[in-house]
Amino acid sequence: MAAIPPITDAPSQAAPSLPLEAFSEADLLAQAQAGDHRAFAQLYSLHKKRIYSLCMRMVGNAAEAEDMTQEAFLQLHRKISTFRGESAFSTWLHRLAINVVLMQLRKKGLSLISMDEAMEPDPKGNSGRGFGARDTTLAGSIDRLALERAVGNLPAGYRLVFVLHDIEGYEHHEIASMLDCSVGNSKSQLHKARLSLREALHSLPRQEARP
Amino acid sequence: MTEEANPVTCHEFQAQLPEMIGSGESLAAHAHLLHCALCRTLLADLETIAEAARLIFPIVEPPDNLWKQIESAIKKEKAAIEPDEGKE
Repeated sequence: MAAIPPITDAPSQAAPSLPLEAFSEADLLAQAQAGDHRAFAQLYSLHKKRIYSLCMRMVGNAAEAEDMTQEAFLQLHRKISTFRGESAFSTWLHRLAINVVLMQLRKKGLSLISMDEAMEPDPKGNSGRGFGARDTTLAGSIDRLALERAVGNLPAGYRLVFVLHDIEGYEHHEIASMLDCSVGNSKSQLHKARLSLREALHSLPRQEARP
Repeated sequence: MTEEANPVTCHEFQAQLPEMIGSGESLAAHAHLLHCALCRTLLADLETIAEAARLIFPIVEPPDNLWKQIESAIKKEKAAIEPDEGKE
């Protein structure tokens, strides 16, 4: 492992900026594990966008996402010495952040999975089974803002499964383990999330739905 | 609608969808879809949404002051663990 040369003190106003090309992530990680605060700051700089974006999608608003991101990096600071390299650091950190968000949501008493609603029509009259007679498709008509808004409006349980599966790429068995539910439940929640999004996107005026 | 012409009704087909989609089963040749335009549209929409989710969500930058907050919280934690730090 290459030794990290002395680093000048970083300003505390924003995340410190070190010359990224000078150090590999493995170097930074080893130094941070040894207690080097500036190396930890650099790891923050490398991963902050992905972790903040993940938190934003999972909780749906910026203020909570900031809190969750802060808590995730505090947890990282506490646990970084336990990272043994069995998976990529980014994978480990990503999973740690998900666990932080889920723990915080549970603390708030939020039900992460709404089992009782599975496949029941929702109170707004949207069909739980997708029976809304749609003879036009969404193909080519989804824009980013419309989808972001629709995902943000999903009930928390649906949103979590949708974000973890469709955006973050986790498998149903992994989501079931994270959310402490069955694989079938994860599949059902994802399906209902997509149905809700379909209803929301179809209900937009067409000119708004198209970029 | 096409339920009379199919052994599997729309209701039954859609009830099986979460499991069929979730297990990665190919539905293109499903007997019900060959005859039911509404369920074909539904499935196409669900696939469009899943694909859009993979492609269009942006990576966002957190506010600049977030690091300052994290740094401050780390210092507080350290001070709580090592109350004598900094004292000669």
